[in-house]
Amino acid sequence: MPTSTSARNRVVSVPALARVEGEGGLEIRLRGGGVADVKLRIYEPPRFFEAFLRGRSFREVPDITARICGICPVAYQMSSIHAMEAACGVTVGGPLRALRRLLYCGEWIESHALHIYLLHAPDFLGYESAVHMAADHAEAVQKALELKKVGNDLVTLVGGREIHPVNVRVGGFYRVPTRRELLAISDRLKRALDLSLETVAFTASLQFPDFERGYEFVALKHPEEYPLNEGRVASTRGLDIPVSAYEDHFIEEHVPHANALHSVRKGHGAYHVGPLARYALNYERLPKVAQEAARAAGLGPVCRNPFRSIVVRAVELVFACHEALRLIDTYEPPERPFVEVEPRDAVGHGASEAPRGLLYHRYAIGADGLVRTARIVPPTAQNQKTIEGDLWDFIPQVMDLPKEELTLRCEQAVRNYDPCISCATHFLKVDLVRE
Amino acid sequence: MARPKLAIFKFASCDGCQLSLLDCEEELLAVAGLVEIANFLEASRAVVKGPYDLTLVEGSITTSHDAERIQQVRKQSRVLVTIGACATAGGIQALRNFKDVREFTSAVYATPEYISTLDASTPISQHVRVDFELRGCPISKAQLVEVLGSFLHGRRPSIPTYPVCLECKRRGTVCVMTAHGTPCLGPVTQAGCGAICPSYQRGCYGCFGPAEAPNTASLGNAWEKSLGASRPELVRAFRSFNAYSAPFRMASDAYEHERT
Repeated sequence: MPTSTSARNRVVSVPALARVEGEGGLEIRLRGGGVADVKLRIYEPPRFFEAFLRGRSFREVPDITARICGICPVAYQMSSIHAMEAACGVTVGGPLRALRRLLYCGEWIESHALHIYLLHAPDFLGYESAVHMAADHAEAVQKALELKKVGNDLVTLVGGREIHPVNVRVGGFYRVPTRRELLAISDRLKRALDLSLETVAFTASLQFPDFERGYEFVALKHPEEYPLNEGRVASTRGLDIPVSAYEDHFIEEHVPHANALHSVRKGHGAYHVGPLARYALNYERLPKVAQEAARAAGLGPVCRNPFRSIVVRAVELVFACHEALRLIDTYEPPERPFVEVEPRDAVGHGASEAPRGLLYHRYAIGADGLVRTARIVPPTAQNQKTIEGDLWDFIPQVMDLPKEELTLRCEQAVRNYDPCISCATHFLKVDLVRE
Repeated sequence: MARPKLAIFKFASCDGCQLSLLDCEEELLAVAGLVEIANFLEASRAVVKGPYDLTLVEGSITTSHDAERIQQVRKQSRVLVTIGACATAGGIQALRNFKDVREFTSAVYATPEYISTLDASTPISQHVRVDFELRGCPISKAQLVEVLGSFLHGRRPSIPTYPVCLECKRRGTVCVMTAHGTPCLGPVTQAGCGAICPSYQRGCYGCFGPAEAPNTASLGNAWEKSLGASRPELVRAFRSFNAYSAPFRMASDAYEHERT
């Protein structure tokens, strides 16, 4: 084992993280055989969404916030729509609610398949990318592309196109699909469900470091369903609040090394959002087929090993395919594609479960329908402090590895979170807004 | 014969346009066989040094560091193609160009001195020579495949510059503006999306930027006179993802200052 001074005092620097969405880097300092510093750097330039949303019509907001992230535009549309409807005192139920859930399932399938196979699996199997991996694992990569395509096609069917869907509006949709249009994708979703079950088995066969942390998991929790669009904000340490109370319990700190803010739960510190959190808080709400797949993969009802998040993501793929099929099966088109929403002078809060975790929005709008203030807290912002915490604890396990290998392990630990740095960059404290 | 080297670089953007390449599920592995993917950080750790035969650039220039970086990218690239509204027009983040960016930063970040940013978000073509601009927010996959194919074969891409209206006619969509009185930017917006919005009963909102020689004044007049749109509504309609493209910028400025 190399234990020279140079091996004990070294800097691991990844100037540009690959296979993440957006631009970020990692800097780790080791000193005297211990970890001296860990910095996840966010250098994606700020885009100021919350600032330029001011003065826009509340009806334009879902089209604009979609542009925060090309990978999870539906999440942004859904959180902003729910916030706007809350502000205007409107609740959308029935088939329109079901269609929103169906659209979200499409995004989960597309995003999870992308992350599991194309972004994360190459770390476990020792490849630079899925294209390199395809040389030896052609079947796995083909499955990934097939799954991803079903997800994208479902988003296109309900939303109009896969990136930045056009069919979503405050109050519902511009046009709703017929039963027949939805049934046309059923067979492919059944095949996707089979592929998802194979994906759980595939991910369970990977090698995982023996590593767990005592996270506080935070996710939406709903009495009847695995959460996508609705629920209360709950944690594994007893938090249980309505979405509108989010800012009473969570705050963001601006740190100099990132163009992003670190979220903490007041009085508790760092917390964890995303598949592991949803799973821990909503295991009972998963359909049987997903629970059985999880058990067969060796997962209990809670998983605290962040490297195993790839398995939990696969379990959520099973859920998303199963749920999409259920929604299509029970779909009856609504009489009108949307409900009328009239603006009023009010504040609205919305939260939904983006593929990467809880996504919170808050808007104040006027009776003229124009946005006065906006606040958006994306999942990667909330996980940033936890990612750094994982590295502090994980590096001692691997710090004697050769530098190349150590670097790869650290990158893998970051990719456990499927970090979306494009999303994480634009947060702001709108509380300080001066008109 | 060595395969041509393809590189993808990202500036301020949402990642959606480069994701379009990964979304070419049926063509991805075929493309990967025809070119050497030499730099595609979203998909691969492996980075091959330049020069590159074809470089795709996503995103706009918003920091002095990026203004430097795009110069380096240009030097390493034989052919440079910009993809998407951010790279070709400054993107939605160019809305800052109409406001005071210092106010934006202090309004927005608790500790604004940590943030370094330029006053404007600008398209790549304001900084370096660009060989071809592919429009869209996001770009169309079919057009992306056409661009890749054409450069592999050494010809110009065949990308139409006519308005969305022609796509509506071709797919047989009834005009939402004349039939339903729905405001639509289709007559002044470049085709390429396939006229999706009108087929979903909504007006075009301009993702692909201005068509060739757009008559924004005539469209604005129709919105005002026939559809009862207000000046602030017109300003906002032209100020979205392609707000900083010259024809849309001039139109929104004109309506903001009541000069028309």
